[in-house]
Amino acid sequence: MMSKFLTTLQKDWPLLLKAFWDHVQITFFSVSLGVLIAVPLGIALTRTPRLAKRVMAVLGVLQTVPSMVMFGLLMPLTGIGKPTAVVVLTLYSILPILRNTYTGITEVSDGYIEAATGMGMNSLQILFQVELPLALPVIVTGIRLSSVYIISWATVAAIIGGGGLGDLIYTGLDRYNHAIVLMGAIPASLLAIVTSFLIGRLAQCATPRGLRRERHV
Amino acid sequence: MYEFFQRALVHLMISVAGVLLAAVVGVIVGIVLTRVQKVAGPVIAAIEVLQTIPSLAMLSILLVFFGLGNKTAVVAIFFYSLLPIVRNTYTGILALEPSLLEAGRGMGMSSLQMLFWVELPNAIPVIVSGLRISLITAYGIVTIAVLVGGGGLGRYVYRGIQMRSMGMMLTGAIPICLMAWSTDLLLNRLERKLLRR
Repeated sequence: MMSKFLTTLQKDWPLLLKAFWDHVQITFFSVSLGVLIAVPLGIALTRTPRLAKRVMAVLGVLQTVPSMVMFGLLMPLTGIGKPTAVVVLTLYSILPILRNTYTGITEVSDGYIEAATGMGMNSLQILFQVELPLALPVIVTGIRLSSVYIISWATVAAIIGGGGLGDLIYTGLDRYNHAIVLMGAIPASLLAIVTSFLIGRLAQCATPRGLRRERHV
Repeated sequence: MYEFFQRALVHLMISVAGVLLAAVVGVIVGIVLTRVQKVAGPVIAAIEVLQTIPSLAMLSILLVFFGLGNKTAVVAIFFYSLLPIVRNTYTGILALEPSLLEAGRGMGMSSLQMLFWVELPNAIPVIVSGLRISLITAYGIVTIAVLVGGGGLGRYVYRGIQMRSMGMMLTGAIPICLMAWSTDLLLNRLERKLLRR
């Protein structure tokens, strides 16, 4: 088994490289788009608490929909191929980021806001100089969750022609060739683990120095 | 029609089997970790890494060991369910108010009695919340498990996608979503009921 895996790896590594790069690109695109949409939206929601509650409830329900079902549901609307994959993945990446942006900002304690108001800051200044910096670690954690989910979902996206490492898994399963399956599965796992670790580090750096604490479970 | 119900039942059973297995192991691991808190951080971090692995990748790696079929799906669900259950058991027990612990000790309870009469009952709402998250994730994993030869409603979804047949797709998709939503609703309610006591 192991030797077969290694020979396949030796023979097909350009294929692996391309799939890996595709996977990274799809993930990066979707998560970046997700951040661009979700962070402003999350901020806007903090200004309309009543609407926010409803939106969060709907998002919570959406998040329970399994990935394969979501791809199936959206396929008639968006067709197959990489664009569909990116659309679905972007939609999905919005959820954790939006939720964390919203809770991150609403959990900033009132004392800080009052202090800032007392200093004569206007609401924009409070947003950019108080609320966002304090919420940043939570937002980055949302981005981390999102990235891990998207790397996972992107492998499933292969069934609608999304490309990436899922393609190798899928091809391998189709031909009942374990070596090709593992050539997709192991790099995909490593990609997710490393990405999660790196963004986790970033979240630590994003924490204002005065608030850094031991990482709790 | 018979086939539909059979697949729905299989879908539910695989999910519940994996989560129950993880619940038994996870609660025990969680309790042990509260007794040896030094290792809790590393152990939970290790389980967290497991959780990070993409579901299709996990299924296909397990396929090499467990072969095509539902067994692979059950094991994958087991691994994914461990984190929420272990973590919630651990934090649930540790979040206990010190006064309750002291009251128990003052009544002359042994540490086993404390565990079963004081600590676990208080942690149960949080554990239920872990079970809820695990079950909902499990439905999604069983759906994907059709690619590694699993049964369940994922077969309709997958065939529907392959044949570009919305009807076939929805035959699987609607009951899966209903299952997830009703699980969410029911266990949420249970959690709140347990918290109120």
